Amino acid sequence: MSSFIPNQIFTTSGSLIDLLDKRLLVMLRDGRKIIGYLRSYDQYANLVLQDSIERIYVKDVYGDLDRGVFLVRGENVVLLGEIDNNKDDDLPLNQVSFAEALRIRDQEAEERQKQERVKNQLLHNQGFSVDFIETDLY
Amino acid sequence: MLFYSFFKTLVGQSVTVELKNDLSVTGTLVSVDQFLNIKLDNIRVENEEDCPHMMSVKNCFIRGSVVRYVRLPVAAVDTALLQDAARRETQQSTTSGRAA
Repeated sequence: MSSFIPNQIFTTSGSLIDLLDKRLLVMLRDGRKIIGYLRSYDQYANLVLQDSIERIYVKDVYGDLDRGVFLVRGENVVLLGEIDNNKDDDLPLNQVSFAEALRIRDQEAEERQKQERVKNQLLHNQGFSVDFIETDLY
Repeated sequence: MLFYSFFKTLVGQSVTVELKNDLSVTGTLVSVDQFLNIKLDNIRVENEEDCPHMMSVKNCFIRGSVVRYVRLPVAAVDTALLQDAARRETQQSTTSGRAA
């Protein structure tokens, strides 16, 4: 695959070339999932995605929002996945509007936060110091 | 470059990559580059119910900077050889340091 690259320095370019022009799922470090056609990239995994959508998954539903052209700075990329169209057609998920998906997600997050607060309060009462709040970010 | 070379010897093996967001992806190692970016084929996700977005993905590219652990098949790793290689690399870098 990367044998045509003379000095083996930028092998990332070699490994991403077969994903070009394919429909990819890109996971970002802030937890967002972008789906789009990979049009360009470089050795840092900076990416250009065309006709992209942002997809929110909550429980067994998802919502899409058109995002157009996306340029992602490499450091924010977690994972690039090639979508298998066969598998994609019969997913046990239902599509809802983006606003609805957003609403469900916020509701879940609020629920989680509430539980977290109760737990932290209990720990605090027991004399434990609570200075770490769990998030999806890293 | 030791770990890059090491990972190159593992191409074709089934490995589990644990990411910093607690996602664990198992698959066949297809390729690795100098940043330890990893490509996996025929992937399976450990806690699938938590990540519905991975259900339709068959192969993936994982950026090296987000990897926390890579779990390897025991049979594929020769630790003695690795230790040797580590020694050689240190020796090489100290001697070349003295020469410079």
